[in-house]
Amino acid sequence: MDLIVQGVIKAFELIISFDPEVMGITWLSLKISGTATFISLFIGVSIGTVVALTNFYGKRVVISLINTGMGLPPVVVGLFVTMMIWRSGPFGFLEILYTPYAMIIAQAIIATPIVMGISLAAIQNLPPNLRLQILSLGASRLQMVWVLIKEARLPLLAAVMAGFGGVISEIGASIMVGGNIKGYSRVLTTATVMETGKGNFDIAIALGIILLLVAFAINALLTQIQQRQHPR
Amino acid sequence: MQIFRNSKVIVMLMIAALLFAFGTSNVFAAKAAPKQKNIIMATTTSTQDSGLLDVLLPIFEKKTGYFVKTISVGSGQAMKMGERGEADVLLVHSPDAEKKFIADGYGVNRQLVMHNDFIILGPAADPAKIKGVKSSAEAMKMIAQAGSLFLSRGDNSGTNSQEKKLWKTAGINPEGQKWYQQTGLGMGQTLNVTSEKQGYTLADRGTYLAMKKTLSLNILVEGDAALLNIYHVIEVNVAKWPKVNVAGAKAFANFMVSKETQEIIKTFGVSKFGSPLFFPDAGKRVEDLGK
Repeated sequence: MDLIVQGVIKAFELIISFDPEVMGITWLSLKISGTATFISLFIGVSIGTVVALTNFYGKRVVISLINTGMGLPPVVVGLFVTMMIWRSGPFGFLEILYTPYAMIIAQAIIATPIVMGISLAAIQNLPPNLRLQILSLGASRLQMVWVLIKEARLPLLAAVMAGFGGVISEIGASIMVGGNIKGYSRVLTTATVMETGKGNFDIAIALGIILLLVAFAINALLTQIQQRQHPR
Repeated sequence: MQIFRNSKVIVMLMIAALLFAFGTSNVFAAKAAPKQKNIIMATTTSTQDSGLLDVLLPIFEKKTGYFVKTISVGSGQAMKMGERGEADVLLVHSPDAEKKFIADGYGVNRQLVMHNDFIILGPAADPAKIKGVKSSAEAMKMIAQAGSLFLSRGDNSGTNSQEKKLWKTAGINPEGQKWYQQTGLGMGQTLNVTSEKQGYTLADRGTYLAMKKTLSLNILVEGDAALLNIYHVIEVNVAKWPKVNVAGAKAFANFMVSKETQEIIKTFGVSKFGSPLFFPDAGKRVEDLGK
């Protein structure tokens, strides 16, 4: 119990004093996971929408695959990305193993199926007549898709939150492809594991609290946007 | 009107996200720009968990302009990385495996850096009654005979290799025994588990001293010559892996055995723990250690 109290006190100390190392780690976490979520948003929403709006042979299999991808184990992604970008791997020439870039790639791979699955369901969930109605009003196909995406913004913002929440709290892939290098690829989750390993439980708890606060702040912001824009 | 307002918000969000992404990539680019400035150093968890590298690396980086990427894993995995050419330089403590590594042509210029020692830790109650036993192998035998819980790293790290060697000397095969558990974790985490379960374990003194305040474990056996923990720096053989940063590896190895660094190692931890965590040994012979 003492330890938890100590951790909470330590967390506030670190936040209030703007501890440069902790601030750097927090900022890096935000940058990496934010960029990864952004990439996954582009890929996830576009593919999710296309799959939702088209009919083709084997569509159910594709949807099952996407839904399975939503539960992709981060460590497996980490291992796969590591082997791809090893010096001796097929993308070794890029020399990005143990860099923030590698972490962005891995996290984007984790977040994309989550965003894709939710946006797919969101677009499919719109009333089927809506499409016909929009088209009959003289909209082009592209305009129709745009209106549909806007109609589904509520679940789509939920997709962003789910994707971001998934990657910022993720550790397996980050530590494998990033290496937890001080001041370079050390993020909140990897730092928490390391401090636990060192027996600095108070700092570990403090980092955990900061991670929660960051996740809460981002989600509060997105929820604000989501709910304000919903007229019903 | 409603639609217009919505799209404005969405466009603004997208612009914000774009700016965010670009700003991000610029920051990274500035850091990653100089090629072959990066040295990948694979090392053990003990050098990282003890905090030694946090002191040494900034000095090295400032002096040489290299950027060291520390990947802290067990010695076993560190050498595997070296074998694949995924690391440039190793700082490890698993002498038998290191000799094989060199003999197989994966590494060159193996140099002695420092040593400390392994200790057998256990709960204050000491159910196997090993406190003060002089021979480490004898103590291991007593733990086995008492059937007391022993936590092993189980990760082919330097500490794990040392532990296996002690079991072998004691003539005991602990694999599969009920009292023998493998954590598969680093030294720090394994100490946490051992403390929580009140078992026995083998640890390097450096990590133990650094974590002592949060552990309820006591040093029960120490000072046996078989418990020396010796660290070497090894440059990965560029002839085998042309992508290895050979200049960087050499610079790092030279830094580790330089007089200035050895002086820092000598005093590291004294003010905090009351005794040094490592003893500098550059230029000495392994046979002379601990005498």
